[in-house]
Amino acid sequence: MRRTSSRMAGVALVVVAGLAVAGCSSKSNSGSTDTGTAGGGSLSIQPLVQIDQSGAEVKSSGSTDAANPAGDGKATCSGVSLAMAGALTGPNAALGINILNGAKLALKQHNDANPNCQVDIKQFDTEGDPQKATQVAPSIVSDKSIIGLLGPAFSGETKATGQVFNQNGLLSLTASATNPDLTKNGWNNFFRGLANDAVQGPSVAKYMVNTLKYSKVCVVQDDSDYGVGLAEQITQGLGSAADSSCAAKVKTGDKDFSATVQIVKSANADAVFYAGYYAEAAPFVSQLRSGGVKSAFVSADGTNDPQFVKQAGAASKDAYLSCPCGPAPDKFAADYKAQFNVDSGVYSVEAYDLATIMLKGIDSGIKDRAGLIDYVKNYDGQGLARHYKWNADGELASALIWIYQVK
Amino acid sequence: MSALLLATPVLADGVIGFNVDALAHNFWALTVDGLTYGAIYALVATGYTLVYGVLRLINFAHSEVFMFGMFGQYATLMLLGFAPSGNAYSEGTLLTIVYLGIAMLGGMIVSGGTAVGLERVAYRPLRKRGAPSLAFLITAIGASFVLQEFVHFILPKLTNNELGGANAQQPIVLVVPSVQFTFLGASVTNIELIIVAAALILTFATNQFIVATKFGRGIRAVAQDPVTATLMGVSRERIIMLTFLIGGVLAGAAALLYTLRVPNGIIYSGGFILGIKAFTAAVLGGIGNLRGALLGGLLLGVMELYGQALFGTEWRDVVAFVLLILVLMFRPTGILGESLGRARA
Amino acid sequence: MTGTAIGKPRTADRPHGGTGDRVRLWWDALPRQTQWLFGIPAFALVAALPVLRPPVLTTVGTDFGGVLAQFGMYALLAVGLNVVVGQAGLLDLGYVGFYAIGAYTVALLTSPNSPWNLTDDWLSRSWGWLFALPIAIAITAVSGLILGSPTLRLRGDYLAIVTLGFGEIVRLLADNLSDITGGGRGLSSIAYPVVGTSEKRPFGVFSAGNTQHAPTYGVWWFWLSLILLAITLILIGNLERSRVGRAWVSIREDEDAAEIMGVPTFRFKLWAFVIGASIGGLSGALYAGQVQFVVPSSFNVINSMLFLCAVVLGGQGNKLGVIAGAFIVVYLPNFFLGRTSLLGIPIDGNTIANYKYLFFGLALIVLMIFRPQGLFPARQKLLTYGRELYVAARRAAGYGKPAPEPTTEQGGAS
Repeated sequence: MRRTSSRMAGVALVVVAGLAVAGCSSKSNSGSTDTGTAGGGSLSIQPLVQIDQSGAEVKSSGSTDAANPAGDGKATCSGVSLAMAGALTGPNAALGINILNGAKLALKQHNDANPNCQVDIKQFDTEGDPQKATQVAPSIVSDKSIIGLLGPAFSGETKATGQVFNQNGLLSLTASATNPDLTKNGWNNFFRGLANDAVQGPSVAKYMVNTLKYSKVCVVQDDSDYGVGLAEQITQGLGSAADSSCAAKVKTGDKDFSATVQIVKSANADAVFYAGYYAEAAPFVSQLRSGGVKSAFVSADGTNDPQFVKQAGAASKDAYLSCPCGPAPDKFAADYKAQFNVDSGVYSVEAYDLATIMLKGIDSGIKDRAGLIDYVKNYDGQGLARHYKWNADGELASALIWIYQVK
Repeated sequence: MSALLLATPVLADGVIGFNVDALAHNFWALTVDGLTYGAIYALVATGYTLVYGVLRLINFAHSEVFMFGMFGQYATLMLLGFAPSGNAYSEGTLLTIVYLGIAMLGGMIVSGGTAVGLERVAYRPLRKRGAPSLAFLITAIGASFVLQEFVHFILPKLTNNELGGANAQQPIVLVVPSVQFTFLGASVTNIELIIVAAALILTFATNQFIVATKFGRGIRAVAQDPVTATLMGVSRERIIMLTFLIGGVLAGAAALLYTLRVPNGIIYSGGFILGIKAFTAAVLGGIGNLRGALLGGLLLGVMELYGQALFGTEWRDVVAFVLLILVLMFRPTGILGESLGRARA
Repeated sequence: MTGTAIGKPRTADRPHGGTGDRVRLWWDALPRQTQWLFGIPAFALVAALPVLRPPVLTTVGTDFGGVLAQFGMYALLAVGLNVVVGQAGLLDLGYVGFYAIGAYTVALLTSPNSPWNLTDDWLSRSWGWLFALPIAIAITAVSGLILGSPTLRLRGDYLAIVTLGFGEIVRLLADNLSDITGGGRGLSSIAYPVVGTSEKRPFGVFSAGNTQHAPTYGVWWFWLSLILLAITLILIGNLERSRVGRAWVSIREDEDAAEIMGVPTFRFKLWAFVIGASIGGLSGALYAGQVQFVVPSSFNVINSMLFLCAVVLGGQGNKLGVIAGAFIVVYLPNFFLGRTSLLGIPIDGNTIANYKYLFFGLALIVLMIFRPQGLFPARQKLLTYGRELYVAARRAAGYGKPAPEPTTEQGGAS
């Protein structure tokens, strides 16, 4: 036994030494042989055009006069705070943290400028789980200092808790829940800070058919509330251009898409539309490209995240990504990066804008929940991402969609 | 109740369609993909099978050992000077193989170390106390949580956000898939060749190790009869360590092969589903049986893809589990039966 | 719950000793009536928790009532799973499947999004939940039968992986058959019992809107689940003390021996499975009513693991122990959330709460090392005159050798 083991150890040692030598020699030339860096490192998501529901271009109004959370610096207030509810831990935490950080940035700018009005944001973690949300919601409404809520982040948890916030008259301003049905519950406290799926879907579909002239599109969807709803709207909007024979469904959390790639490949379509989030979209587009699929890749706000480009690299080139969110202005992106040491992501701008709106309400002297609901109901102003004005249901009065492209 | 009866035609309406065309049209392409994926399953499954054979223990944390292997090979590449860029490096064939070899070694060391550490810290104290078998399972679940959360929250703090965190790692791509030859209409890429070849070599080597070396004989002896093996002078603790080490090393190798195919799969939660699938593969082939792990892995990989083409891509996991249940109904100990101890000497 | 203090963490080689066993011996020797006399106030105390709101125990960041409501459901699940795992010794990793079937049955029958919704037809929404409850239990029982009859011939770990597969299949079916189950979008506006409507609570005490006045709806759901739990415990307790219970234990300890001794093992295993399943379904129905929204992702395989953790942590086989286990599993991750100080020491609860699953995992490992048989391990009482024997043993000398008890060990490698 002992002899065998020493012999084996010897062999192992030789192998390790050999590899180590190879490894050392590699370091010297690895810099010079990196040929593939061109393009990939410099790819980013660039705004292309703003479109309306028929897919036609709408000139952007520009965001020069966007509301500033700092205000005039003379606001006074005390004893009021805001709350944020969403997934801060668990598999869906990335979106929740984007939202929380966006709001925190607005608060910081507000609090720095207004020494007599310090507002804090209380964070409530739902893990994106409806049952957790039902435990969190009562805590939010029972904290009387909270007069406005940013969230809930996902449609599912909103469905499970909407009634709680409604009956307690707490403003619920979501930066990310896009299920169209949410505003059909008669909740007078619920406002959506972005276009819902029923707006985004048709707009993008028409843009694909009319502007990009695609005649055969494979719609691939994940199993999230968001992906299912969006795919439904897109398929409807595409009409005959949607090819049902290559429509495929994947699961949130999947990383391997071999079968889907084969099916899409044999369909030879003009484009693939992916309804889902970037965590799956990045490996999906990589595998499409390495599987030899040349069809254009189109996706929506769930994918519109720097992480998509980062992870998919060159495979993400030329992908079209829509979003009901406007481009993050450079200053916002820089401030965000400076504050949190990460890039801003999907819904960060919305969260910033919506927090700003609530802060402006507080600065105007509002101290109670009913007042803030009223304020938002009658709000009419420009934000970083878009113009904010709501209709009676709590949907944005005019919801436009931005098309971005990875370049 | 009448409403229930009225609604039943919904089911008959073809909620699950059969797309025979998609299967027939892509049959060989799916087979190639399935074998590739199945080879990775097989390597991970071997880890489950070895530990099960020796300890009668489902090492549920093995999926995290695999996940650590992904980070291990990634970190090795970073140490070698590769920066994640999302673009492919082209280093020439020979050098690429050397780099891959080193990365695989890195993955193997990390995975093997994790597996052995897990055994020392979590399982050994339980064995010493003669804990009931369910206690091992709960410990494995606990360890799984700890290892995942470590990569999720602690690792980014230790590495200045270079590794770990909520998002997948930005890929380091060394090998760009390129079609090598076409087989009955299915194109076979270099990556697929590497994966299948490496997996077969490793499985064969492991089998040889178990069958032909003294250590392997020790493993088989402990698997067959721990008490007698101990009496015959085999150190049980050492054999157990070795078993965990081999399982971990294979998982580390599988991790590298997996990231060749799915470069963006390196994430703290990335091992879980694959682990469950690999375990399924091990049981399918006959847990405790090395050849069973290989057969189960390949079969599962291929059937999953056929099933996806036939029923729709969302049915992947259902196909896998239904296959498992069907096989176990007719062969209650898997296709080849459990027999690590009884493997040919 | 049994009042068992944590005794010396000693292993199976010395099954008796320590305060825990002394208390247990004393407890077991009490006449049933006296046990009830102690049990009812203890039960009332637990029920009063959300009203008393004890200072350290009450969660800060999440609603205590809501947490307790989830605890109530998990307690039912733990008791149900305990029948399968703790009593009959069948490792079930797919228990969440039954939970899901129960929840989905209620949802399918009462959600307006479902094709089988009855509430806009002839069933009033106020009573829809109560109507669906027995159906949910019946359907989960049948599903237990369907899963059990082909698979229960498998032994040990093979059964474990098959049940795990079953749990996943249930979730994936709910996810994939979107025309029937709503798919990934879930089913919302599930009916809940409309009881106790008043001016303050226009939709009754169980409505999600009942959060302004204590007791909130979480507390009411907690109370409802406690009542159902008590009924379940009585029924299960009677089963355990009957021939069925003894058959389960014999199967757990040695299936072959049991078979040879004339126990129809397959039938009793199936019984355990069906009973366990129907309790899971009951709990699922509660979930559907409280959350009023079901979606497949709430029923993934991690939940099965957590249920199993509750059972093993509490002490498999001991039905009061597993309830304590359920409390730990539900309560622990919520403990630090939103706390700024603990017993006067300032802490940053939210940061700690980020690491909750890390701590949870560590807690599982450490607990299993020091207490592998669970916090409140079961001592089997197989003798018909067990109580009398306990009394005699107690009279003899504090504690002695009460009953020939099989240990709960099963093939733990030694």
